[in-house]
Amino acid sequence: MSITADTTVIGGIAAKFRTCPATGLQVDLAAERLIKANAVAAIVFLAIGGLFGLLVALTRWPAVHLLSSDMFYLVLTAHGLDVLLVWIIFFEMAVLYFASAIILNCRLAAPRIGWLGFALMLVGALLTNVTVLQGDASVMFTSYVPMQAPPNFYLGLILFAVGALLGCFIFLGTLVIAKEEKTYEGSIPLVTFGALTACIIAVFTIASGAIILIPTWLWSLGYISHIDTVMYKLVWWAMGHSSQQINMAAQVAIWYAIPAMLLGAKPLSEKVSRSAFLMYILFLQLASAHHMLVEPGISSEWKVFNTSYAIYLAVLGSMIHGMSIPGAIEAAQRRNGFTNGVFEWLRRAPWGNPAFAGMFLSLVLFGFLGGISGVVLGTEQINIMLHNTLYVPGHFHATVVAGTTLAFMAITYLLVPLIFQREIIWPRLAKWQPYLFGLGAAGISLFMMGAGTLGVSRRHWDITFSDAALSFDYPPAAFLMLGLNGLSGILAAIGGGLFVVIIVASVLFGKKVDASNVVAALGPTPQKQMSDTVSTYGSAGTFHLPGTYILVSIFFTAFVLYYFVNWKYLSELWQLG
Amino acid sequence: MALTSPESKVWWNEPVGRAELTWIAIAFLWGVFMFSMMVWWHLEGNQNLSNEVYRVSPAKFEAKVEAFTEKYKVREEADIPVAKPEPGADVYMLSRLWEWWPILELKKGQTYRLHLSSMDWQHGFSLQPVNINIQVHPNLEHVITLTPTQTGEFSVVCNEFCGVGHHTMVGRIHVVD
Ligand SMILES: [Cu+2]
Repeated sequence: MSITADTTVIGGIAAKFRTCPATGLQVDLAAERLIKANAVAAIVFLAIGGLFGLLVALTRWPAVHLLSSDMFYLVLTAHGLDVLLVWIIFFEMAVLYFASAIILNCRLAAPRIGWLGFALMLVGALLTNVTVLQGDASVMFTSYVPMQAPPNFYLGLILFAVGALLGCFIFLGTLVIAKEEKTYEGSIPLVTFGALTACIIAVFTIASGAIILIPTWLWSLGYISHIDTVMYKLVWWAMGHSSQQINMAAQVAIWYAIPAMLLGAKPLSEKVSRSAFLMYILFLQLASAHHMLVEPGISSEWKVFNTSYAIYLAVLGSMIHGMSIPGAIEAAQRRNGFTNGVFEWLRRAPWGNPAFAGMFLSLVLFGFLGGISGVVLGTEQINIMLHNTLYVPGHFHATVVAGTTLAFMAITYLLVPLIFQREIIWPRLAKWQPYLFGLGAAGISLFMMGAGTLGVSRRHWDITFSDAALSFDYPPAAFLMLGLNGLSGILAAIGGGLFVVIIVASVLFGKKVDASNVVAALGPTPQKQMSDTVSTYGSAGTFHLPGTYILVSIFFTAFVLYYFVNWKYLSELWQLG
Repeated sequence: MALTSPESKVWWNEPVGRAELTWIAIAFLWGVFMFSMMVWWHLEGNQNLSNEVYRVSPAKFEAKVEAFTEKYKVREEADIPVAKPEPGADVYMLSRLWEWWPILELKKGQTYRLHLSSMDWQHGFSLQPVNINIQVHPNLEHVITLTPTQTGEFSVVCNEFCGVGHHTMVGRIHVVD
């Protein structure tokens, strides 16, 4: 059933479909092939970039101090590129194609352009990687001018960005086709709306990248004599920080998608959830100030407005999702019959399903570790204590590793049966994977933040300063933090390695999925005790969600306390004016 | 559900639960409060980064730092001159691959105007263990008003990656009574 493909002619264009045994949706085979290719490329770069990350963590562990200084800076540059950019954006292309063609039951617009985009991204990623590995481009992911890399470093990034831009246009084109060909009724689903948010932010991000990387490439070739250092950073971060907002939108879409697939969860309110995404579109791509709060030559007024995403309206969006998503899960579980006490719905959630466990851990770790630390770090004056310390990578490992990467891993456990049409092999091992990776990622984040609070510099090979003319010692606690960070790095590497091995083995050797086993292939789901209700929106009939209220209250209390503790630390600093 | 079109075509007319509305209101007000904190600290707080910045060529800045160092030099440490300016003075520190120059000796409780700039790439002025971190750019002279509130020996670590010698780039500030 899954193998037979029907050719359907729509609007004069023939597309081949198969019928999905789980949903009955038409699956465009061209879209399916592109999703597979992008997901595979993503996971390959996750494996490479993750290995580089482990080497970085083991070098920063003073007792191990694995790499030489040259190799450390080289590997750190490659690590940033491969995981922060390449893994994430390749996977996002797969998410965009899935959220348009598959969810909307539609054919993909211009699959050949999709392959062109894929090829450009692959060539670009390889070109930049090779340039870095050759050793003359250890300029870090950010490549701040006037430090200069060989031209191919920038050229690779430009090619990669152009390829990703083509993917964005195909997503938008597919939305247009789906509307014209009426493959769905009414408004697009919330998950597709979230992907649209990601796509719009991506277009802005890639445009910023082009505006800064093309002149920098020409400068590296010798055609331009000077690039302003502050202007470079300003535009570079409009790409560098905003690209993390693509992740944000994509991962929130996944947080909605997984409970929908496994539990039948519905958004509490379409209006509220969509408004929250709209706030991302309007305000989230501000915030290029987050890495420039202690920069000379930029006014405080601009910093305060930009770093707060216009009075924290994008943070408001995230806080809304932070209630809507657990609320949707609680409402669904209560509908499914888990109504005892305040937390039966949570206790009886499918914790043995790696897709659910990964999704929920991602939500919690992102909120508590990444979200709170991000707002504190992005407070203009508090940033004086934290800029360029290990607190910064601590924060963004909570958002990008514990948050985005774990969410992407979680949805992969559903993409393998639905798109690759294979069962996950070794389900018992897969069950543990999100916990191992989540624990490792949480450790990396916490211990780097701890070291950063003690002043330890990021991107630094030797915190004992053994080759320096003047000596300096960080407090002993900093060494402890870096040791614990190294151990957490090992844990995360084991969890990440398991993920790669399980997914690759499942795709190659997993049992084929068809109508007979597709539901089981999605992993354990809670036994439904009641039939699906006929309620039209998530909170109907279950307006009271005590578990969610308690979770949100705990989050808010932690947020407020941590925020004020940092102001107190700041007030004890030397006076600055 | 979230993977299908909203069941009600007029989803924007559906009521929103009381709890959700309450949470939105709390989150919004918290955002306004956090925004106001930054503005208020500019008016009333004692730790704000100065906006006083001038364009300067590396050569010109170097000349100013050298003149300053010559005028106030009291001794050397590890072949680096130590400058001890009078309280309230304009004090200078330059960054270059891979040093902070010169060493400064300041008085506790006195306010100085510290001028920072780079001769080459970007560097990160990270005063430890106080933990004050300021980005340093070439071609920009950043004037920071600084009042040390502790005595002792403090180090300036470079915390912006600046090439293979980055981790050897350490400077010093002494604060005395
Ligand atoms: Cu430096």
